[in-house]
Amino acid sequence: MSDTIAVFPLWNWLVEPLQYGFLVQAIWVSAFVGLVCAVLSCYITLKGWSLMGDAVSHAVVPGVVVAYALNIPFAIGAFLFGFGATVAIGYIKSKTRLKEDAVIGVVFTGFFAFGLVLVTKIPSNIDLFHILFGNVLGISQQDIIQTVIAGMITLVVILIRRKDLLLFCFDPNHAQAIGLNTQLMFYTLLSVLALTIVTALQTAGIILVIAMLVTPGSTAYLLTDRFDRMLGISIATSVFSCVMGTYLSYHFDVSTGGSIVVLLTVLFLVAMVFAPKYGILAQNSHQYLKPVENQAQYPKI
Amino acid sequence: MPTATQTLNISVNNLSVTYSNAKLALYNASCTVEPGTITALVGPNGSGKSTLFKSIMGFLKPTQGQIHVGGLTVQKAQKKQLMAYVPQSDEVDWNFPVSVYDVVMMGRYGYMNLLRIPGSKDRRLVMESLERVGMIDFRHHQIGELSGGQKKRAFLARALAQEGKVILLDEPFTGVDVKTEKRIIDLLIQLREEGHTILVSTHDLASVLTFCDRTILLNQTILASGTTEETFTEENLSMTFDGLPISSLPQMYHTSEVDR
Ligand SMILES: Nc1ncnc2c1ncn2[C@@H]1O[C@H](COP(=O)(O)OP(=O)(O)O)[C@@H](O)[C@H]1O
Ligand SMILES: [Mg+2]
Repeated sequence: MSDTIAVFPLWNWLVEPLQYGFLVQAIWVSAFVGLVCAVLSCYITLKGWSLMGDAVSHAVVPGVVVAYALNIPFAIGAFLFGFGATVAIGYIKSKTRLKEDAVIGVVFTGFFAFGLVLVTKIPSNIDLFHILFGNVLGISQQDIIQTVIAGMITLVVILIRRKDLLLFCFDPNHAQAIGLNTQLMFYTLLSVLALTIVTALQTAGIILVIAMLVTPGSTAYLLTDRFDRMLGISIATSVFSCVMGTYLSYHFDVSTGGSIVVLLTVLFLVAMVFAPKYGILAQNSHQYLKPVENQAQYPKI
Repeated sequence: MPTATQTLNISVNNLSVTYSNAKLALYNASCTVEPGTITALVGPNGSGKSTLFKSIMGFLKPTQGQIHVGGLTVQKAQKKQLMAYVPQSDEVDWNFPVSVYDVVMMGRYGYMNLLRIPGSKDRRLVMESLERVGMIDFRHHQIGELSGGQKKRAFLARALAQEGKVILLDEPFTGVDVKTEKRIIDLLIQLREEGHTILVSTHDLASVLTFCDRTILLNQTILASGTTEETFTEENLSMTFDGLPISSLPQMYHTSEVDR
């Protein structure tokens, strides 16, 4: 009996907001963005491209500003600048003796700063705050269309190329040894990375987009040893966080992107502690068993 | 198109490799790996064995020099699935969420269509390759759950599934127990009988004598190359290993390897 009483407020909490069209729409958009980010997240975390994701997300700012100024879809400007930044990073890295992280740091802050200069100089009705932190509750129809198109392209490309992309993340040398075009794989992965960031821009904003690209995959990676399951877990945690984050943002009148990422982070922390095999608790209890393995690694003389 | 009976050589001509930190790893290296042989590439740690392998496989761009496999450029040979590579263990991300079966199937991707959907032949060859290295029972294991020897065998199975005519193995005996080493050697001998050309980098001087037809000694450049009997002279070995007393070599080598 007390169960039903406890359930009803939760039910109301979930259903009551659905009478508002804008909110239903925001929930759908968030869920979709969560799905796209979750899929790419698995590849980005395995490839070790988190920093690259951060770079692309910041580098899109001037693209957004220019796109608004020229009155073309923001997605196109953002994609071109995001992708352009990665090409610039690759070029500078190959031409100088700098390490990659330094090159990434220089390029993305440069792009970002240029975007800030533009946004304060070019007269437009862009709200810098919305670019930085997202605004899914106030998203326009046009922006939804662009978000969905960018997201669909990403999903289709990954679906078709998923085996090659996974091989590229795991063992690019082997990909080359069997005569596959690794350059193409590299640019495919960069393109879908830039597209995913375009997709998530309106929901999370450029500051938090990186969390949506890194956290779901990382959480899933702690929970399984199989890529298929990793994909499933990543999608589940990400979509859940996006939908629930939007609810929280409505009910408590807090930042949507912020709520989503807080939820993602909480799920990550739970996985980090309680994951059956790679969680901190499991690792501690396994330690006593450890020394037995690895005997084969001792040097033979 | 090379047939099953055709054997392929590897020719390396005047190869130099400089890494981006201006480190010259190989200079003016020229050698030939004779077709249908097992050839050992022997040299101390840091002598450029992996660098030579990676140049042969086209993973890095040499500063100068040409490499041909069966008369073809490396790129063409790779498109025809002629070249298989078994990486050194520290080049593999063992925490990657793939199973042994997945890894071996990757050997077949070059034969599949764009979606990489395996056909019945692909599945059969993967199972046969796993069988041959004795890893059938481990096919559903994540690669990090394997012992050192099992890891090597999993990647060897991938090379078998690829059906490459030329197989390069970088340090296949490092971190492997004696039994597995014997097993890998037996398999390499079988593969040679089937007409494969095999290049193995190693520092296990004793085992080189037992199964390698030819030996190339390397230290930044090719110091000697020929049949194993010809090249394994005290003079050549001490030149390669920089004057170290030969009897103590294997032990010292292992020590430095483990320290890393
Ligand atoms: N990616 C790299 N960047 C810079 N130097 C490298 C790189 N890889 C290898 N080297 C250097 O090149 C030399 C040859 O290395 P390597 O080919 O790995 O030798 P081996 O396989 O015989 O141990 C070493 O001195 C090593 O430090
Ligand atoms: Mg090496």
